[in-house]
Amino acid sequence: MSFELNGRTYDTDEEGYLTNLADWNEDVAGYLAREEKVDMTESHWEVVNFLREYYNEFQIAPAIRVLTKAIGKKLGPDKGNSKYLYELFPYGPAKQACKIAGLPKPTGCI
Amino acid sequence: MAAPTFETPKFRDIPIVPVLMPQAMAASRPFVAAAPIQQALGFPGELVPDWEQKAIAKLGELLGKYRSLRVYLDACVHCGACTDKCHYFIGTQDPKNMPVARQDLLRSVYRRHFTVAGKLFPKLVGARDLTKELLDDWYTYFNQCSECRRCSVFCPYGIDTAEITMAAKEIMNSIGLGQKYTNEILGKVHRIGNNLGLPGPALEDTLLGLEEDIAADTGVEVKLPLDAKGAEVLLVTPSADFFSEPHVESLIGYAKVFHQAGISWTLSSHASEAGNFGMFVGNYEQMKKISLRVRQAALELGVKRIVVGECGHAWRVAYSFWNTLAGPWDFLDSRYPAPQHICEVTHDLIQRGALTLDKEANDHRIITFHDSCNVARASRMGGTPGGQFTIPREIIKSVANHFHDMHPDTIGEKTFCCGGGGGLLTDDLMELRVKGALPRMEALKQVVDEHKVNFMATICAICKAQFSKVLPYYGFDMSMVGGVHQLVSTAIRLGAKE
Repeated sequence: MSFELNGRTYDTDEEGYLTNLADWNEDVAGYLAREEKVDMTESHWEVVNFLREYYNEFQIAPAIRVLTKAIGKKLGPDKGNSKYLYELFPYGPAKQACKIAGLPKPTGCI
Repeated sequence: MAAPTFETPKFRDIPIVPVLMPQAMAASRPFVAAAPIQQALGFPGELVPDWEQKAIAKLGELLGKYRSLRVYLDACVHCGACTDKCHYFIGTQDPKNMPVARQDLLRSVYRRHFTVAGKLFPKLVGARDLTKELLDDWYTYFNQCSECRRCSVFCPYGIDTAEITMAAKEIMNSIGLGQKYTNEILGKVHRIGNNLGLPGPALEDTLLGLEEDIAADTGVEVKLPLDAKGAEVLLVTPSADFFSEPHVESLIGYAKVFHQAGISWTLSSHASEAGNFGMFVGNYEQMKKISLRVRQAALELGVKRIVVGECGHAWRVAYSFWNTLAGPWDFLDSRYPAPQHICEVTHDLIQRGALTLDKEANDHRIITFHDSCNVARASRMGGTPGGQFTIPREIIKSVANHFHDMHPDTIGEKTFCCGGGGGLLTDDLMELRVKGALPRMEALKQVVDEHKVNFMATICAICKAQFSKVLPYYGFDMSMVGGVHQLVSTAIRLGAKE
């Protein structure tokens, strides 16, 4: 599968996750967010950017506790919980935010 | 004349048996695994040209290896006892999800090729050739069975229907028709060591973070050791315990139990997964390869005991298969069961008074317990029959004041699957998962209405993930589900025993 954006074609898997990590840019993220019906605010970008940083270091998305702690530090302790992350990404921070961040879908017993 | 004494039956909820909706779930098909995923497991990359002959040959091979499979395929008399026992049939109303009908997709092919009557008079005995259309039905409907074996409890012949589903999945994989979710995960375990694909450094970073969290919450330095040589216990747990909520709460609970009991323990980056999807796809080689990782880790770390965390099918594999797949375990301390379930460990400690528990700490919770299918119907705990039912409940009652069981026909050996087991916990099967959760949700609703239950404890990573996702569809809060050791974690008092 694939989608067109600004005259370029981007390959995705069956569920719309980018196939090639290096294809990601902010426009692509914006497109993927619109597809997910997520309105990107500064807070959303904080999460997406952290996911990408963490992935670059560890080759996996961060565990939920790692993510909530990092977001709590950046956006304030009242935001450092999964309830807040679900408000930002209603389908679930792991799966939906990873998609917008251009990362592979985390799968397992989750 | 005195009236005869008997009890008038109580009204039941209607509808009792769902109205049939033929083909209701015909469009429910998980993504097919792409060639690289299949080939990494040694399966053909795509449907092979001579798939029909290959499938029949594979069925013949399985029949030769497993006498049980032939018995199950022969024994069914179509009595119908299983028809309304399957959560997927109840939730979807698709007649092909009646366990007997789903099995017949394979049984009819068996009859055609492996019975005299089927070879000579196929139409008379319900024997069929394996056409492309039938193969499509295999893929569609064997991916609508979670191998939970509830129907088997009601089968007068004791047919293990899950074994038929597993055989069908094994045959399909052998001809290049694999399911993406399960097979991609199998690849990750072989490559990285766990279902999620958490590499060692990420695991280490995650565990360090959890140690900080526990210290911040309790003021006590509780460790979550990784690859600690010479530890007494190796804990293998589903990788979801590292990654997700509510799973991680139970992991913290295990750590607190070991800490408080003074048991030295470790996790392993090599065997960082208790789950074993090899079972879901009916493939013993995959199952063995994954099980051997645990053996290698245990030997390398020099542990004396192996404890399995809260994971349903992992416990089935560990309890029922490890000995033949990865045994003998004679290098472990024979005074303890090998393997041992974390609930057995905690239960023993509670019995011995080794833990200080503040039940009131759980007073905000009114709790019920969901028996996970593989623990309930394919394993045991403790030294007495039914220990897998009593031990988790006794733990809950030791750490909390408010507990209510759900309807007796929906718990214990008759428990309903969460709707996401057997390798079906994937987003591309969401409709199936939501519909399959119906009977459990109905039983939960009953105790919510009657007893104001607000927490459903369970000991399986799949159940936890599945319920977190489907509870909101039924008007419940996703945080209503959690682990038994999440409750232990809340109640356990750390530090010196008073």
